[in-house]
Amino acid sequence: MTDAPVTQPRESLRAWLRAPTASSPRQARAQAVWRGWQRLIANRAAFAGLIVLVILVTLAAIGPWLTPYSVMGQDLSVRLQPPSAQHLLGTDDLGRDILTRILYGARITLMMAALVAVIAGPIGLAVGATAGYLGGWFDVVAMRLVDVFLSFPSLILALAFVAALGPGIENAVIAISLSAWPPIARLARAEALTVRKSDYIAAARLQGASPMRLILKHVMPICLPSVVVRVTLNMAGIILTAAGLGFLGLGAQPPSPEWGAMLASGRQFMLTSWWLAAAPGAAIMLVSLSFNLLGDGLRDVLDPRND
Amino acid sequence: MYWTLEMTDPLLEVRNLRVAYPSAHGYSDALRGISFTLGREKLGIVGESGSGKSTAGRAIMRLLPPKARVTADALRLSGFDLLGASERQMRDIRGGRIAMILQDPRYALNPLKTVGAQIMESYRIHIKGSRAEARDRMLAMLEDVRIRDPRRVTGLYPHELSGGMGQRVMIAMMLIPSPELVIADEPTSALDVTVRGQILDVLNERVEAQGAGLILISHDLPLVSDFCDRVLVMYGGQIMEELAAHDLSQASHPYTIALNASLPPLDHAVDELIVPEYDPSWMTEAPK
Amino acid sequence: MTTPSLEIVNLSVSFGHGRASVQAVDKASFRVARGEAFGIIGESGSGKSTILRAITGLHDGYDGEVMINGKPAPRPRNRDFFKTVQMVFQDPYSSLHPRRMIRATLMEPLEIYRLDRREARIAQVLVDVGLAPEFAYRYPHQLSGGQRQRVAVARALLLEPEILLLDEPTSALDVSVQAGVLNVLNALRRARGLSYVMVSHDLRVVAHMCSRIAVMTQGNIVEELTVEDLRAQRATQPYTRTLIAASPAAVTAD
Repeated sequence: MTDAPVTQPRESLRAWLRAPTASSPRQARAQAVWRGWQRLIANRAAFAGLIVLVILVTLAAIGPWLTPYSVMGQDLSVRLQPPSAQHLLGTDDLGRDILTRILYGARITLMMAALVAVIAGPIGLAVGATAGYLGGWFDVVAMRLVDVFLSFPSLILALAFVAALGPGIENAVIAISLSAWPPIARLARAEALTVRKSDYIAAARLQGASPMRLILKHVMPICLPSVVVRVTLNMAGIILTAAGLGFLGLGAQPPSPEWGAMLASGRQFMLTSWWLAAAPGAAIMLVSLSFNLLGDGLRDVLDPRND
Repeated sequence: MYWTLEMTDPLLEVRNLRVAYPSAHGYSDALRGISFTLGREKLGIVGESGSGKSTAGRAIMRLLPPKARVTADALRLSGFDLLGASERQMRDIRGGRIAMILQDPRYALNPLKTVGAQIMESYRIHIKGSRAEARDRMLAMLEDVRIRDPRRVTGLYPHELSGGMGQRVMIAMMLIPSPELVIADEPTSALDVTVRGQILDVLNERVEAQGAGLILISHDLPLVSDFCDRVLVMYGGQIMEELAAHDLSQASHPYTIALNASLPPLDHAVDELIVPEYDPSWMTEAPK
Repeated sequence: MTTPSLEIVNLSVSFGHGRASVQAVDKASFRVARGEAFGIIGESGSGKSTILRAITGLHDGYDGEVMINGKPAPRPRNRDFFKTVQMVFQDPYSSLHPRRMIRATLMEPLEIYRLDRREARIAQVLVDVGLAPEFAYRYPHQLSGGQRQRVAVARALLLEPEILLLDEPTSALDVSVQAGVLNVLNALRRARGLSYVMVSHDLRVVAHMCSRIAVMTQGNIVEELTVEDLRAQRATQPYTRTLIAASPAAVTAD
């Protein structure tokens, strides 16, 4: 790679990734990622889900700059207009362009979903993997805690929490995370229970590895694919819970364009101006579906039975 | 029925059997054109992992997954064309005319049914008769495989059986419909060494009593040379050599010789074991 | 024998409690001299693997003594112990962490014991087991069974132990692959003066590798004999004779 002509750099990258054997740790890791990517592309449904999510995230990021309308600006002279060339998704009861509000709302929804995943995922993984590996009192205490949280329906738990702390996006995120981490912990624990009897764990113990090292570097990497898949599949539920809270007025507060809140206010106009409720509803459905499709295919990508 | 010119067809005729699986780059061959015939005798198919020996056994019974591409110039059981048979005809043949004995009875037997129920079911699928007849036949079969207390065993579940007992039950179950051909795929590999001989004796007895033909698939060369009449040595999806079992020590193909030589001998010491060197020409197909 | 490298005295292991308890190992005793390969042969359920697990401390609830170089092994086992005694496991498909690169698996003991020249040690130990150093950059699923076992041996050698416990190291491998792995193990033992305790159900393998052999059944060592006695069929116990008779003779002209 020193004096080779720089005429076809892309081709040599492909060759580097497809080489039958790796000659450096960086190459080995890159090849593993490349193989995972190939498996993802091969699964049409999962790939479609990923594409839709990428589009949604892109729109959430730059969309607001694309629309000429303001998200909060009211113009009562154009209220309740059906979808048209000027307002692709129509206007709502205060004359605000719905498409613009959907785009801003996407940011809120995706951010809430991402925050819940980032909070509930690692906590569930850590608690579950440790409980499964160590057993003993830690396991008993952790699992009873999980049982307590699991015995509440997620929306009720979120409601109780928000009622105590007050409405708002941050509290909604915390509330939803509280109900999202227990199933993850259960899952991680189940995997850890199987793993801890493996020969490679025994071999590491025989080399003097401490329990902390074993849990962090051996057990958790095995539990991780299941947790990622589960979190992805749970996204739909998380988004719906967030929308539910918004619907009940306990999540984002008006005039914030959160999809659940939009759905709530659009309810009264459902028979006459259906687009007020249909737009956020369709958006919620689209995001949930994409996460589900992606999650389904992620299992094969992250934890293939054979490579 | 497909008639040949000869008065008696061999029990099993295989000519140019090929199996290929779709892969990322076209098709990859599991079997590259194997040919052999089998009469009322014991044939051993020996090979290491990846040699195609298990694929051959399953191809004969048409038990490979649908994505496998199976072709042959001939694949006939007593003259009957197996390759062209419909799935319905194959269901009758499997179990009724060709039986397969697998390696581990813990996985091959239904864990939720008693031994007696499973053997009777195996009988009644292929032979019409009353439950009482089936029960009598079942108890007789359990005695034939030298189980000392058949009545007690019929009430047991598979997880309550030892390895050797489980294999006897499997043999009873598979041989009770009196098949013409028995394919045993590593029947003793999961068993303790001292039990293997007993199970092979039982299998031998039953196969001879029923006048069936037996194909024994194994990776264990000494075991096969002891037990079988003829041996096929497979590598890379092809048959490297075919010889009588007692001629195995005078094998001529370098692969067979290498396989023999890499076993640690029991009666004398050697300094270093011979590691076979694989000749790449063995992977290309022999001219027909 | 001068101070044996490894000695177990009246080792007993039982599982379960009260009436449901099972005696897996019943008062087993033997000695392994420095540089010697000692074999334990038995069938499944004989307790042979349980002995190894008790020696390593993976199973801590045992009665009796385990002595390393004349001194009792610490309970629980500590890092000094692991620098002296290492183990190679039976199943090549489960003894390496499936998600970690070989390099990471081999780096681990070096990190735990804070050894130096890590890359050099890893490359050297791979060469010692007959693999090219580039194997460090592979994942377990890219290796064959024989290659995985060689990596398992390499991992055991990194801490430069004196005693290697081998739990049926080649029973999951093809015969031709087994030959290569056994050759490597023998060469290493001779070159480094290691002591081996090898457990197997295969008489041929044990006879080839070991100079003295214990025969186990149902938790008891019924006989201890030299390999010469074994080959000449001079066993005294009936169980040993049954075992020898059950192993098919080599495929030589008879």
